[in-house]
Amino acid sequence: MSTTYDGAPGADPIGQAPVLAPGHTPASVTERISEVVNTKLTKTPRWWLLGLAVGFGLLNLFLLAVTNLFMTGIGIWGNNVPVGWGWDIVCFVWWIGIGHAGTLISAILLLLRQSWRNSINRFAEAMTVFAVACAGMYPILHLGRPWLPYWLLPVPGTLNMWPNFRSPLIWDVFAVSTYATISIVFWYVGMLPDLATLRDHAKAKVARFAYGMAALGWRNSSRHWANYETASLLLAGLSTPLVLSVHSIVSFDFSVGIVPGWHTTVFPPYFVAGAVFAGFAMVLTLVLPLRPLFKLKDFITDRHLQNMAKVMLTTGLIVAYGYVLEIWAAFYSANEFEIFMVLNRFTGPYAVQYWLLILCNILVPQLLWFRQVRSNVWALWVIAMFINVGMWLERFVIIVVSLSRDYVPSNWAMYHGTKWDIAVFAGTIGLFLTLLLLFIRFLPALNMFEMRVLTPEATKAHGEEK
Amino acid sequence: MSRRIEGAETSMSLPTLRPEPLDDLPAGPAHFPLDLAEIRERLRTRQGPAFWRGIEELADDARFREFLATEYPRHASDWDESLDRGFSRRRFLELGMASMALAGMTACTRQPVEKIVPYVKQPEEILPGVPLFFATAMTVGGFAQPLLAESHEGRPTKVEGNPEHPASLGGATAVAQASVLGLYDPDRLKVPTKLGILDTWPHLVTELQAAAKAQKQIEGAGLRILTETVTSPTLGAQMKAVLTAFPKAKWHQWESAGRDAVRAGARIAFGQPAETRYELGAADVVVALDSDFLALGPDSVRNAKAFSARRRLVGGSKEMSRFFAVEVSPTPTGTLADHRLPLRASAFPAFAEALAAELGLAGFARPSGLDEKALKFAGTAARDLKAAAGRSVVVAGDFAPAEVHAAAHAMNEALGNVGKTVFVTDPAEAAPVDQLASLADLVADVKKGEVQVLLVVGGNPVYDAPSDLAFGETLLKAGLRVHLTAYPDETSRYCQWVVPMAHFLEAWSDVRSLDGTAAIVQPLVEPLYDGKSAHELLSVLLDETPRKGYDVVKEHWKSARPGEADFEAFWRKSLHDGVVPGTASAAKVLPVRTAEVAQALAAAATAAAARPSDLEGVFRPDPSLLDGRFANNGWLQELPKPLSKLTWDNAAIVSPNTAQKLGLQNEDVVKVTSNGKSVELPVLIQPGQAADVVTLHLGFGRVHAGRVGNGVGGDVGPLRTTGAPWVAAVTLAKTGARSPLAHTQQHFRMEGREIVRVMSLPEYVKDPAKAKGHGLPPKDVSLFQPGWEYKENAWGLSVDLGSCFGCNACVVACQSENNIPIVGKEQVGRNREMHWIRVDQYYEGTDLENPEVHHQPLMCQHCEMAPCEVVCPVAATVHGAEGLNEMAYNRCVGTRYCSNNCPYHVRRFNFFEYNGEREKEPVLKMLANPDVTVRSRGVMEKCTFCIQRINRARIVAEREGRAIRDGEIRTACQQTCPADAIVFGNINDPAAKVTKLRDEPRTYWLLEELNTRPRTTYMAKVTNPNPDVEAG
Repeated sequence: MSTTYDGAPGADPIGQAPVLAPGHTPASVTERISEVVNTKLTKTPRWWLLGLAVGFGLLNLFLLAVTNLFMTGIGIWGNNVPVGWGWDIVCFVWWIGIGHAGTLISAILLLLRQSWRNSINRFAEAMTVFAVACAGMYPILHLGRPWLPYWLLPVPGTLNMWPNFRSPLIWDVFAVSTYATISIVFWYVGMLPDLATLRDHAKAKVARFAYGMAALGWRNSSRHWANYETASLLLAGLSTPLVLSVHSIVSFDFSVGIVPGWHTTVFPPYFVAGAVFAGFAMVLTLVLPLRPLFKLKDFITDRHLQNMAKVMLTTGLIVAYGYVLEIWAAFYSANEFEIFMVLNRFTGPYAVQYWLLILCNILVPQLLWFRQVRSNVWALWVIAMFINVGMWLERFVIIVVSLSRDYVPSNWAMYHGTKWDIAVFAGTIGLFLTLLLLFIRFLPALNMFEMRVLTPEATKAHGEEK
Repeated sequence: MSRRIEGAETSMSLPTLRPEPLDDLPAGPAHFPLDLAEIRERLRTRQGPAFWRGIEELADDARFREFLATEYPRHASDWDESLDRGFSRRRFLELGMASMALAGMTACTRQPVEKIVPYVKQPEEILPGVPLFFATAMTVGGFAQPLLAESHEGRPTKVEGNPEHPASLGGATAVAQASVLGLYDPDRLKVPTKLGILDTWPHLVTELQAAAKAQKQIEGAGLRILTETVTSPTLGAQMKAVLTAFPKAKWHQWESAGRDAVRAGARIAFGQPAETRYELGAADVVVALDSDFLALGPDSVRNAKAFSARRRLVGGSKEMSRFFAVEVSPTPTGTLADHRLPLRASAFPAFAEALAAELGLAGFARPSGLDEKALKFAGTAARDLKAAAGRSVVVAGDFAPAEVHAAAHAMNEALGNVGKTVFVTDPAEAAPVDQLASLADLVADVKKGEVQVLLVVGGNPVYDAPSDLAFGETLLKAGLRVHLTAYPDETSRYCQWVVPMAHFLEAWSDVRSLDGTAAIVQPLVEPLYDGKSAHELLSVLLDETPRKGYDVVKEHWKSARPGEADFEAFWRKSLHDGVVPGTASAAKVLPVRTAEVAQALAAAATAAAARPSDLEGVFRPDPSLLDGRFANNGWLQELPKPLSKLTWDNAAIVSPNTAQKLGLQNEDVVKVTSNGKSVELPVLIQPGQAADVVTLHLGFGRVHAGRVGNGVGGDVGPLRTTGAPWVAAVTLAKTGARSPLAHTQQHFRMEGREIVRVMSLPEYVKDPAKAKGHGLPPKDVSLFQPGWEYKENAWGLSVDLGSCFGCNACVVACQSENNIPIVGKEQVGRNREMHWIRVDQYYEGTDLENPEVHHQPLMCQHCEMAPCEVVCPVAATVHGAEGLNEMAYNRCVGTRYCSNNCPYHVRRFNFFEYNGEREKEPVLKMLANPDVTVRSRGVMEKCTFCIQRINRARIVAEREGRAIRDGEIRTACQQTCPADAIVFGNINDPAAKVTKLRDEPRTYWLLEELNTRPRTTYMAKVTNPNPDVEAG
């Protein structure tokens, strides 16, 4: 949080947009951010209600789809033999990937003292938690017998049976559950000072009570702040390896397999990069509309957009490198099945998906080289949407296309998702939207205390202390 | 007596369930225009090994690629209606309510109280849990399929071939394997009905006996009995007794896929009825004229055993027979041919003439009008036949013209084969007649109003009689009509009295095989319903008090064998062995009337040439349903047909070049018209089919088959007439509609992979291990050292691809043994069929019109380094100490990871509660093999190497304090295989048959390079084409 050059705190040394619009004081920051939460229920903005209606509607579709799924069986989906995993695991990996941006922003950028992250970290963390919630349901839903997921846990019980620790799916259980736990704790602990602020600003009794309970007795004492700083550093330290490990382990689901197109050593780094890529795209997808709606342009400035675009460009290039490496490795291996797999992606029945993926994930993001594109809100949003779609397609190509044509040609078959596949996916989007809208309405979506630090006043005070 | 049914529809109110329309199945891969000329050109110019499977993959043109490319997105976006199972507002509300109910639901289901009572007195011979086997026989097309039936606490669950009987030698066909499902079919007729109203057997007896009394007055002039083909000695004797008691009564026989041509051929050749059987084990050269002798017909199992034995290259043998096949439509038998010629049905007399002329038979002239290719083929075949005179055989198929049969007799005689590879005997049939004439005769009599009492004993003539006889309408002119039938079918609706016919597993009878050997049909259970046998029905006419079937059969044999010193001992032995000793027909020497044959053949050839038609329709029994009698058998409906791998449908099968000429694509619905009648069928383009021929399978389009068979496929029966029961001029017209077909295999490129390995005999002689490839990777490269050591038993399976002709018997045997459910057309269309063993099929060669076809039975390979085991998160699939890849259904949570990671994709997943039918229809519960778990929804399953059989043998061996003997365990697929292509055993035992086969140079491992180390090995196929001729 130290800026040593002249000019507005958080301003870019090379004259780019500041991370906080000029003219803000700590009080105005608090005022503006808590205003969103403190608005009377009756004054809830119309767009929010509309958004919630959509999200909640989709959530009910989810309930319907899952009820049908549990009652009838996963045959309502398009999965078959040989394509045992379809939309279920594609969407699982997609959601898990999206979560990564939050962890990266809150943990790694915190450790790297990237103060520009202050305005988006809370939001990104929330996104992580909700995305993991969506992702976490798929491994249970996709089971043939979804009432038995606890058999995957190493629980000593009357069954007298451990899970098979050799299976990557068991590693997944640990990876995802650890990830979910740490993300929730990190998110919640980080919110404590702001919950206290909300408690203090709340007008309604119920709100005061609720925020008071949630704030766990935060009184802004120096001791609290000292403990808080330590805790958040520790949690950041714990989260940092998770950014790398979770998606690495998810990628093991495939790379440990024997299927051509799965059995690849490049998967762990390439999955992690893809996850960050997807995560930032999702942050942009959500932040760009929220910025005008909540009048937060002062806090989420062009500078943030620029930075996020650069992260996307970088990780996108890593992903592109992964794609190239896959092709190279197939031919270098001289393995007929691997070579066929690559050619099948190029020209097989799913070539359209493959080339769309290349378009979405490699070609379109190249526009981010241009500053004009990076600072154009509309262009950024469209590119982010391309990446969201592209990353979904990437998982589709890896999972479905590889399975649909592997070793013995008599097995080859096409996979067709059904409306129930779409319903469950739309349902998870509904859950995500619902949680997100509730979050921005009732919890501080931007980090007030960290934003306050960015005001000139705070910087000055900070300087005087020195 | 004179009460008549006005309209068939009013006579009975049977449910006419039709399957849901399926026109929204995902599009198969065939929806793009094929440029067949281009494909052919591409094949000609292709370099390197040219394996391909399906025409579409050959048509690697831009449109194909475009089609493939666009296929997915089209479907990704649509909310596929076919899966929603009628997702209506109702269903929506149902689910909505259920969602709410589920929200508050806890595990509080109370199991209903069901009290059980153990045996108070232990019945003799029954040990709970130990099955008993009884010899019996099934009657198909009048002939015996000798069986051993397995009984668990009194309920039959499985049949096997009877090794004692020469017509089985232990093998059994797919239809025999499926027969137990027929026993427990809930759609069977359960009680007698009169005019559609439930009635009783005693009432029928009273009414029928009154009618018989009246007939007695007029010597039975108004009595007619219509049966199927009869070889049963008891039934034959009963019929004779009826005809004696009622001298003016008539006995008619009708079998829609019958052997009229065989009988007529014998009559032309010998001037008297005769039967022919072949000893293919002694034949060095076999020429088949439109004959599917390995897969169809009364002697198929025995033929398959002998033929495959003669061609099996083991133990250093470098000799095998050479097989020439001339066929209209490709058959399983034809796929083993070393030289194969597709030929129009109408050209067969000419081809037979050419062959006879090439053999130098007097009186046979070289015909005109046969193309160069066919003449050359006949020349090659004749040269080889002559070279192997006395060790060769010419086989004519059941549906080939009578004159061709006669010519085959003449050629076999001229070649000196009679008595060596060909045996002529008296017919096994009780009364061989021209059944078409017999049926026409009956119809004529009915029309004249002469028929007052008509017994239809089995069969379904209203459905399958030639359409010009208008059998149904005519039937209404007869007086009292009684139909003895297993199902209330099409014919039943035209009869006042419908009597349930007992299944062969619940009634006494007897039956003879083609060679005459009789078997007593022994029931294993009391009739489940009020079923009666044909003997019991005829006894109503013959006896004051109708006798039980048991008495009728036993007394017949008592009177037929007056010389038996100890009849009881003879009877018991016959029952026990399933063979009545001394009943085989003796071989006879009947001179062939060559001049008459030559004349008849020339006339037939000329007649065929005089009736040229652009397109001939050829009628054939369906490979699974035969003439439609098994239409309500779900196992057979879902059985992938050999060559097309089609399930739940029949199709208008045309050759690629005919399709090209007519502008037809797969799944195009065409209107097939002949003699003013038409039927709409989807097109199926079949490589290997003769040009300008449409093959139409009988047995489909049933409207009163039962819930399974109703409305499946289209009925081609109306196109058949008495004048042309097997071949008719037809026209095809596109309707513009499409109808999806559910295949169990999709058609894509083989990519030159070494999946099925094939070599020619000279190649094999030069290097027997040519197909071996690299063999298994060495063990010491594994990280896991030392690996598990299999000390005692190590189970392995060997499959000989040279023997397999894709008859599917193993598939049904496995289904029956392992309680495998059927899933229906819609689920097959989604690649969710449950068969644990499947017979893969690949095309090879450069000629689209006549490719080579290879079969590969594929089941769990039981890999020693199984990729599925590592990835299961809950250890539901684990490795057994004896090397089996085991599946603990109870532990499976259904992640499907194992299936994804299985390079052979042999695992099957219960996407729905496929076994739900068993719950809905309690009688089906009796069908299940109690030794095998019935799997529930959400569970993975796969071939277990019949672990229940291994354990049964293990218990016996342990009790006797010895090791399990080689051959003591046979898997279900192995036991039934008519070609003996599958051998199971302990590969740790150097003397075991399977070990020896694994050591054969032909043995290879599928996908050996993956180091999965399968316990299943394959033996490469060897073909024996004439080295002097180019293949084809």
